[in-house]
Parts: sequence; C-alpha cells; structure tokens
Amino acid sequence: MSVVTKPVTMPAPSKEAGTEDNYLTHSSGFLSWALTLDHKRIGVMYLACIMSAFALGGCLAMMIRLHLWNPNLDPSQAWLTNKQYNQVFTLHGAVMVFLFIIPSIPAALGNFLLPIMLGSKDVAFPRLNLGSFYLWVCGACFFLFSIFATGLDTGWTFYTPYSIESQGPIVAATMGVFVLGFSSIFTGLNFIVTINTMRPPGMTWFRMPLFLWAVYSTSIIQVLATPVLGITMLLLAAERVLGIGIFDAKLNGDPVAFQHFFWFYSHPAVYIMILPAMGIISELMSVHSHKGIFGYRMIAYSSVAIALFGFLVWGHHMFTAGMADVTAIVFSALTFTVSIPSAIKVFNWVGTMYKGTVSLNTPMLYALAFIFLFTIGGLTGLFLGALSMDMHLHDTYFVVAHFHYVMMGGTLVAFLGGLFHWWPKMTGKMFNDFWGIVSAAIVFVGFNLTFLPQFVLGTRGMPRRYASYQLEFQDLHRLSTIGALMLGMGLLVAGLTLLHSLFYGKKAPRNPWGGATLEWECSSPPPHDNFSSAPAVGDPYEFGNIEYDSKTGGYIKKK
Amino acid sequence: MTTAVATPPADHHAEEHHEHPAWLAHHFDDAEQQFDAGKLGMWLFLVTEVLFFSGMFCAYALYRNRNPEVFEFCSTFLNEKLGAINTGVLLFSSLTMAWAVRASQLKETKTLIGMLAATLGCAAIFLGVKAVEYSHKWGLGLFPGKFYVSQIEGAHHSEVPYLWYLCIPPLVLLVCFALYYVYGIVSASKFHLRVAGPLVVAAGCYFAGVGLGVFLEAEAEESHSMAHVPSSHTDHATADHSHDAALPDAALPDAALPDAALPAVIPVNLLGMEVSPTHDVAISPAESNTPDASVNQKGMAGLFFSIYYCMTGVHAFHILGGMAVITWLIVKSAKLEFHSKYYGPVDNVGLYWHLVDFIWIYLFPLLYLIT
Amino acid sequence: MIPALFADINKTFWFPEQASTFAKQIDFMYDAILWISIIFFVPIVIAMIYFMVKFRERPGYRGSTEALHNTTLEITWSVVPTFIVVWIFWEGTVGYLKMQTLPPDTEDIKVTAKKWNWNFKYKNGAENPELHLPVGRDVKIIMRSDDVLHSFFIPAFRVKRDVVPGRYTYMWFQPTVEGTFDLFCSEYCGDNHSLMNAKVFVHDDEGYAKFLTEAIKEPDDIVERGKWLYERKACKGCHYAGTEGAQGPGPSYNGSWGKPVPLAAGGERLFDENYVSDSILNPILQARKGYETAAAMPSYKGQLKEEQIDAIAAYIKSLQSASPPKK
Repeated sequence: MSVVTKPVTMPAPSKEAGTEDNYLTHSSGFLSWALTLDHKRIGVMYLACIMSAFALGGCLAMMIRLHLWNPNLDPSQAWLTNKQYNQVFTLHGAVMVFLFIIPSIPAALGNFLLPIMLGSKDVAFPRLNLGSFYLWVCGACFFLFSIFATGLDTGWTFYTPYSIESQGPIVAATMGVFVLGFSSIFTGLNFIVTINTMRPPGMTWFRMPLFLWAVYSTSIIQVLATPVLGITMLLLAAERVLGIGIFDAKLNGDPVAFQHFFWFYSHPAVYIMILPAMGIISELMSVHSHKGIFGYRMIAYSSVAIALFGFLVWGHHMFTAGMADVTAIVFSALTFTVSIPSAIKVFNWVGTMYKGTVSLNTPMLYALAFIFLFTIGGLTGLFLGALSMDMHLHDTYFVVAHFHYVMMGGTLVAFLGGLFHWWPKMTGKMFNDFWGIVSAAIVFVGFNLTFLPQFVLGTRGMPRRYASYQLEFQDLHRLSTIGALMLGMGLLVAGLTLLHSLFYGKKAPRNPWGGATLEWECSSPPPHDNFSSAPAVGDPYEFGNIEYDSKTGGYIKKK
Repeated sequence: MTTAVATPPADHHAEEHHEHPAWLAHHFDDAEQQFDAGKLGMWLFLVTEVLFFSGMFCAYALYRNRNPEVFEFCSTFLNEKLGAINTGVLLFSSLTMAWAVRASQLKETKTLIGMLAATLGCAAIFLGVKAVEYSHKWGLGLFPGKFYVSQIEGAHHSEVPYLWYLCIPPLVLLVCFALYYVYGIVSASKFHLRVAGPLVVAAGCYFAGVGLGVFLEAEAEESHSMAHVPSSHTDHATADHSHDAALPDAALPDAALPDAALPAVIPVNLLGMEVSPTHDVAISPAESNTPDASVNQKGMAGLFFSIYYCMTGVHAFHILGGMAVITWLIVKSAKLEFHSKYYGPVDNVGLYWHLVDFIWIYLFPLLYLIT
Repeated sequence: MIPALFADINKTFWFPEQASTFAKQIDFMYDAILWISIIFFVPIVIAMIYFMVKFRERPGYRGSTEALHNTTLEITWSVVPTFIVVWIFWEGTVGYLKMQTLPPDTEDIKVTAKKWNWNFKYKNGAENPELHLPVGRDVKIIMRSDDVLHSFFIPAFRVKRDVVPGRYTYMWFQPTVEGTFDLFCSEYCGDNHSLMNAKVFVHDDEGYAKFLTEAIKEPDDIVERGKWLYERKACKGCHYAGTEGAQGPGPSYNGSWGKPVPLAAGGERLFDENYVSDSILNPILQARKGYETAAAMPSYKGQLKEEQIDAIAAYIKSLQSASPPKK
C-alpha cells in the first residue's frame, strides 16, 4: 500500500548553526515583506493580522460578558448603555466572522502549507495572493472605521429594515464586508487552481493529505458562495444610498428576501469555517497517533459532501420568518443530511487512535478537545434543525451556545492545535509543551463553563442580543462570565507560550512530530524556494518507516 | 535560484534547458502548466461573476413575479432600438476579441492591436448609448426606488444637463489620449503610437455612441409621447403612500425627504384598504399601456427602476473594468510580448469579455422586451 | 420599571412551565434528542479517553502504524445515524405542521409591534399593552410591525413567530394553564430590543370576559387617557414618564413641561401644547439638542386624533414636577 519512491536526493539534515538560509532570513527590510510574493511570508503576515483581529473580537466578547454580569434592568446602573451594548455585540460578531474566522485557517495556515504539501514552489498566482492579503487589510480598515464612527449596531447579520434606517456607518461596514469577500474569493480561487494544476507527478487526488482535501472543499465554497454575499452587501449599500427599496417594506420591498440573500452565503460560510478545521484534525490525529488515518476516502468524500450540501440548507436560519410550510420542511430535511458526513468524520478520527502510539502533546490535546467540543456543537444542531423544536429555540441563547461550540470549540480550537503543530515548521522554534498543555486545559474548562450554561439559558427562554434580562437568568449568566474570564486566560497562556518560544525556544528539527506529509521533508523553517530539489511523493499517512532520532530530537524517514 | 528537477518521468516536457524565459513565471514548471492554471483561474473567476449577478436576477424574478404589470409598464420607457443596437455592438466586440486572441497566437501584432482597439471601441459605443439612455431617464424623473418621480401627463424634462455631465469624463480622457498621441508622434516612439492610437479611437467611439443614442432617442420620443402617460388621477389619494403627487423637477436626489417624514406603513392593498397578505391585483394586458397610479409610484415602478439601474449599472462597471484590462493588453501587445507559447492573458481576457457580452444578452430581453 | 417579574422561572431544569398545548411535544422532542445525543456522545468520549490512555506513547510500547478501515463498522455508523435523524426530522415536521394548521373557531387578537412596544387589540376593539388570554381556548394572533422586524416569543407556550413589516404574520396556540407569563421580542430591533417585553395573563372565561369589558373603556379623565395612550402607542418604549418607561433614546417627560427646550436645529422652544403636538407630528424638526444621534422618532401623522394628542399633552403637563430618572 505504501509506495515510497526512492528520492533522488535527500535533503540534508538540519545543522546546529544558524547559517542556513530560510524564508525568514532570505531578505530583510520592510518592503521585502510588504511586497513579498512568497506564500510563506504572506501566510505569516496573515497570521499576525488575524490574531490581532481575534484579540479585538475577544476584548469585545469580554465586554459583552462583563456587561451581562448584571441584569441591567435599571439602565442608569448598567455599565454600557443599551445602544453601546448593541454596538459591542455587532462588532464582536462582524470582527470575529469576517476578519478572523473565515480567513483564519485558509489564509494563515493554508497559504503557508499548501504549496509545501504539494512540493511546489508557490501557489498558482502569487501576486493575487498578495492582493488578497491587502484586500483583507483594506476591509479591516473599514471595520476599524466603523468602530470609531457613530457605531454599527445592526448585528453582524445586517437584517433589514433596521439596517436601512439605523444611523450607524452601515455603508462603510458593508463595503468592508464586500472587500473582505473578494479577499476570500481570490484565496479560494488560488487554492483551487494550485491543487488542480500544480500537483506533483505521483500525487493523485487520493494521495493528497486530508488537509488539502479540506482546503480544496473550502475553496469551492469560497468561490461559489461569497459572490452572493458581495451582491447582497452592494444592494444593502444601494438601499441606504439610493433607496432602491427591494428590501424596504416602506417601498414595497421584502425584508425576508434580504434574509434569503444573506443566508445563502452565510450558511455555506460556516462550512468555510469548519472544513479547514476538520482538515487540521485529520492531520493532527494521524500524526500524533503515528498511525494512518482511519477511513481516508470517507473523510475525503465527506469533505466534498459537506461543501455541496451546505449550499442547500440556508433556510434553517429563517424557520420563524414566515416561509411557506413546504419550504421549511424541505430545508429541515436537507439540514439533517449535512450532519451525517460530520458524524462519520468524528468516528473516523477517534478510530485513528485505536492501536496507535498516541503522543499526548499540545497539538494532540487541542485535537482531542476539538472532538469533544465539536461533537457537542454538532449534536445541538440536531435540536435546531427539528422544526417544532426550533420554534422555541430560535433566537435564544441556545443558538448562541450552539454556534460558539462549533465555531470556537471547533474552528478556533483546531486552529490553535494546528498553530502549535506547525509552529516549529513555520518559525524553526520549539515551544514549551508543558505550558501548551496547560493552555489547552484552561481553554477547555473555561470554554465549557462559558457556554454550557447558555444552552440552559436558551431553553429557559432567554433571547439573544439582549442588553438586559429578567432576574431569573442571572445565575447562569454569571457562571458564563466566570467561564469567559477563564477562557480568556487560557488563550493568553497559549499566546504567551508561542511568543515566548520565538525568543527562547529550542531550535526545531525538520520533523519534530514524525509526520509523513511533504512539509516535514524540508527544513524548519523552510528555505525560500521550499525544497532544494523536488521531493518524492509518497503515502501521506505511511508512518512505518519514520523513526525517532534522538540526535536531532526529531523524526527521520528510514529508507 | 535555479532548481534542478529530479529525474523526470517519461512524459515530462523536456523543453529548453529548464531555464525560465521571461514570460514563464518562476513557480511554474512549463508553459502548459502556466496556461492551464491561468485558464482554470479565469473560469473560476467567471463562475464568481455569474453568482454575483445571480443575486440581482433573483431579485428581478421575485419582483416580476409579484407585480408583472409594473414590469410591463416600465418596460415601455426602455428604448428597444437602443437596446438592440447595444446588443449588436457587444456581439460584434466578442467577434473582434476572439479574432484578437487568434492574432496573438500567430504573433500578428498589427491585427492584434487593431482587434483589441475595435473591441475597446465597441465597448465605448455601448457606454455612449447607455449614457444617453440613463440621462434621458433621469430627465423624466425615472430614478430608483425612493427617488422615483411619478410620471405626469405632459411631463416636461428636467432642465439638468445630465448628458453633459456624463460626457465630461470621456471628454477629458479624449483630450488626454490625444495629447498622448501627439507625444507619441513627437517622440517618434512606435510603442507609444501603438498604444495611444486605439485609446483615441475608443474615446471617440464613446461620442459616436452618444450621437447615435441621441438621434434614436429623439426619434423614439415622438412616437412614444402618449404611451407613457398615466391616465387616471383618481386613485392617487388612496393608493399613493408618498407625497409626490405633482412634484416639480426639484424632486432630484438631493431633495429626497428624510425617512421620518414617510408615514408608517400599514399593509394596504393597491386601493388603500387593509388586507390580508395576498394582494395581487390582476391588470389585463389591454390596460397595461395606460397604467394607473397604482403602478406609477415609488414602491412599484420605482422598484423596477432600482432593479434596472442595479443590473445595468453593475454590468456597465464590468464593461469599464474590461476596458481597463483590454488597455493593459494593448500595452503588452505593443511591447510585442505575445506569441504562440504565451497568449494566455489575451485568451483569458477574451473569456471575461465573452461573459460580459453573455450577461447583456440575458439583460436585454429581460428588461427591454417585456410585452 | 419593575425589575423582578418572576413570571417564567423554570419549572424543570431546562424549561419554564408547560403552558400551552404545544409544550408537551416540544419538551418531549427535546428530551428525546437529548438522550440520543448522550447515547452517542458518552461512548465517543469514553472511547477517546480509553484510547488516549491505553495506546499512549510510553517506553516499551509501540503501536501499529497501519491505516485501518472496517467497512461493516463504517456502514453501520453511517446508516444508523441516518435513521435516527430521519426520525428526528419526522417528529419535528409533524409537530410543526400541527402548529401551522389553524383550527377553526379561534379567538382572534391583533398584535402590533412597534419599536419598542407591543400593543394588543381585542375582538371588541379594546386595546391594551398586555396580552390577556382565555384558558383552554384556541387563540389566533394576527401580527404586523409598524417599522422593523420583531418576533413574538412566549417561552412558556413554546411559540415564536417573526413580525414582518409590510405583511401580516399569523400564529395560533391554546393556553392550558392560568397564570402570568413572559412575552419577549426575539428579533433584534434596535436600542431597546431587550426591553420590548410584555406580560401575558391567562384567565378563565369569566376573568377574560371581565378584562374585555374593562379594557375597552378609555379613561374619562384626560390625564388618565393621556397615560393610557402613552402605554399603547409605543411612547413608553422610548420615553420615561412618571415612574415607568424606557430611559432612552427619547428624553424623559418628567419635569419638562413649561420649560424652554433647546432644539438640535438651533434656537429654543417652550415646552407647551404646541410643542407636544408638533413633536408628535413632525419629530425630526423638533428634535431636542443632545438627541441628534439618538434613534429617530417616527411621525404619528394620521395615526392619532387631535383630542388624543391633547390628552397626551395633558398627561405630560401633569408630570411637570415629577423627578427625572436616576442617571
């Protein structure tokens, strides 16, 4: 089954001295980064930017939780005014969704890894790649402007007619989203073309690492769905500026049409968020179990199935909006079909550990946390997909808890796992595993403490986007706030651990974890051109001939 | 930074000695890979464009389905002759574009630049005709949604010279390009002349389009003068939520009233009675030529024009974008960059241009030919 | 503003009281899906932990590196969940269709949602900011919004429906228990979305009839009538008056009468009957200085009769020595 073609030249093992030329040292100066066409540098710039966005979104989240410590029924005693609170939750959502989660894994990790995993020198369109980055920056500027201007308060979903009449900087925000959308589209386009046309000889579709299957499926969604968001935002801006009226009830327009337009993109968008995360987990589970992934083909097919089915279910965000019964029933049925491929993946990941050699290090613990948290998130989706159940649960805290479990407990946790996993490759430094594990533990406990109570809040009737609430909800809100503080601390520990390694970390070997995919064949950090000679393509999950070498502190491939 | 390729399998293209010529990007192995990548990339981009427009086509379908009589009424304001001419012009430009691709493959630079120039010129004619159409409508007060002005019997045009405003930027461009051409003569640079010539021609074509449009529009006005007029004033007071019964031409974009002045909406049918959700009103085809005030209001005809301006406006932006990219191609062609192994950019821009044409071919009947 | 209205304290761990005929099915569904989830989740976690421990890397232990796959297992864990989700879908759909099918012979109540108040109009023409219902009878609500999207949510009844401007939306339910329950707006609608609540009172037949006869009477006293209108015409959603009402975005009525009002557009006006009338009919032009960026007040032109405006003015005048809300 495993065909390891003899490589023509073996890349030299890493030397101790820092005289090696790698992509970080290859050239210096501001312009060498600002105008770089190197996908690795672009990935690193993205990483820095999206982590900053995450920090901003996180601060906004803490403001929400702190404000909700009290019921705020007497506004004169509340920390934030109602309007301020509305602005905070709007920006939290918009920053997190558009600036952080959607780009995160594809732009930061995908950009870095995709060409290397393919053994190629770069993506198909390096200048477009840099263009995507600057589009992100441009979109981010629009959002930052929204923060400092009269305050966006429509919710990140921009529902009409409120978004037509609200006094905030809606045009700036929608144009920001429009620009960010193109950043996403071009990244996806780049990845599809790269995987389609620049795979090395020998790497058939079913010899690709599953991370690439995941990124490919994600890119399909990015290319097909995001343009619809673009036109929706453009039409909303036209509503505000030109009064076109198609979403405005006062002008005979249909507010529910906006919801259809918006969710036609935004539902597939959540699969843009989760599919790359699932790809990371596939990598982490197999590498850290030192064992081939269970059911490779099923995982690959599931990724594509989720991508395609994801386009058919947007109506489940609108079950109470007044759609026709038949429409609602069809959407409910289709919604359940998407749950099955995800379930299959969870079983396969757990099955991968069976009879393997499990290294319980930081990346692995994040991966295991993902499985726990994502499963809860996925299962709670079943409640929401059931029509009669959704009549009660829609627009309550149950939904908030559900999507935080899948987006944060899922995507963010997988992103952190991937970040730790590939950190040695990207930076050439090893992080302190003990503190990494501590961060995983604190994040895991803090996250559950934050969001489990919110399921209960939801079933008990607590609506979402509420600046104030009835007294009976207070205890659960306070539990949630305490959890959030803990979660924040855990994330801080994770961030500090990684930053600390940049200055004090040990030099990383070429293959610290024993992976079999191509990125572990080049040095850590990789050289400017990725490989000094084209690497040989083997089975990405063949660990039989990979042995630990105590001299280098890493793994090497025995011939 | 040369790379030695590992022992290649049998079917590897052993070209020149793996040195990368200037036109072959560093990260591609060979010309074929570069060409395939570029083509796939452009097709994917076209898919995104189709989806981008699809949102507006959906809005069109939704509102036409709801209020077919509105669409019939408003379509009478659209000049089919001009629309048909624009369709023909774009179709022709697709031909010249395809010819340009062929010329680039055969390294026939003169033909290539000539065909690109012709494409650019056709696009400019298209925009010129569009300018006439838009300015004529604005003169009648046919603005989108909120700003729509009810059409009155014997309405006179606004005095604002919209068409002049739309001609100023192209005029400026024409002057700049003419100066550039002169510079080209003076510096005796073939390159500059090759580039400046098409640009001057294209800018000139815009005015040809304007002229054609003005001529045909004037002709159309005479024969259509009575058909636009709404006949009844009686239903005004009840049906019209808005306040613009006989607004003078001051009802232009900057004079729109703020939202607060519009009364809150009570769901009413077209005759002003509170009703249940379904409020379709059937209007027989015979009546559609002399519509009443139920159609002639912001939420009805205004909505049609919103969709009209959004669709044709976004399309026009894409034409402008295409013109910019074709200009870039002209520059590259003037530098003699294209040949049989490297013509991808021309081919792919051609694909884009065909899509722009294709979208117009859908827009034309859907907007202009509703009867 | 009474802070602690414990109408809907949870009766079970998850839910408030079951107060409508729909509640049983929904609570049952919830329990069923919960148990199904637990039955899948617990073994997954146990397997995870067990494998983590049993196959962990340690000196002397070396596991297999072979990628496994087991077709029987894979088919089983694809097919079984499929059947289960089909059942869940079916249950949900059946319950939903029951909720959507209007019964004949319903008690109809018209609901108007307007930022940030609910108003209920009963069959005898009575208007009231609170929802009063007869126990054991089918009630149909016909909802419309005067401005933006809202949503009508009564947790104890397990019902929710969006209120969409420009059209009517419908819902029906049958209250089964007498008592007081919460109604929340559950579609974000702006500043005071979280204050857009109402109380739901379920009476027996006698109590309901009594309510209807009393509610239709508009108060005779002009000041009382002004207050009556203040509660029903959505003024309360933005303006503080007396000891109730929202503390923003609109200015409070307390202590305003007779004083000069600085206008946002410049200049001053005396707060008198004319000012009240102008503010109601053309609010933007009368906007008070300091409130320029507040959410715009809608005009009531065509919605209030002149004598109603007089009553409101009388009510505000009665508050001229009331103290403003704590800031």
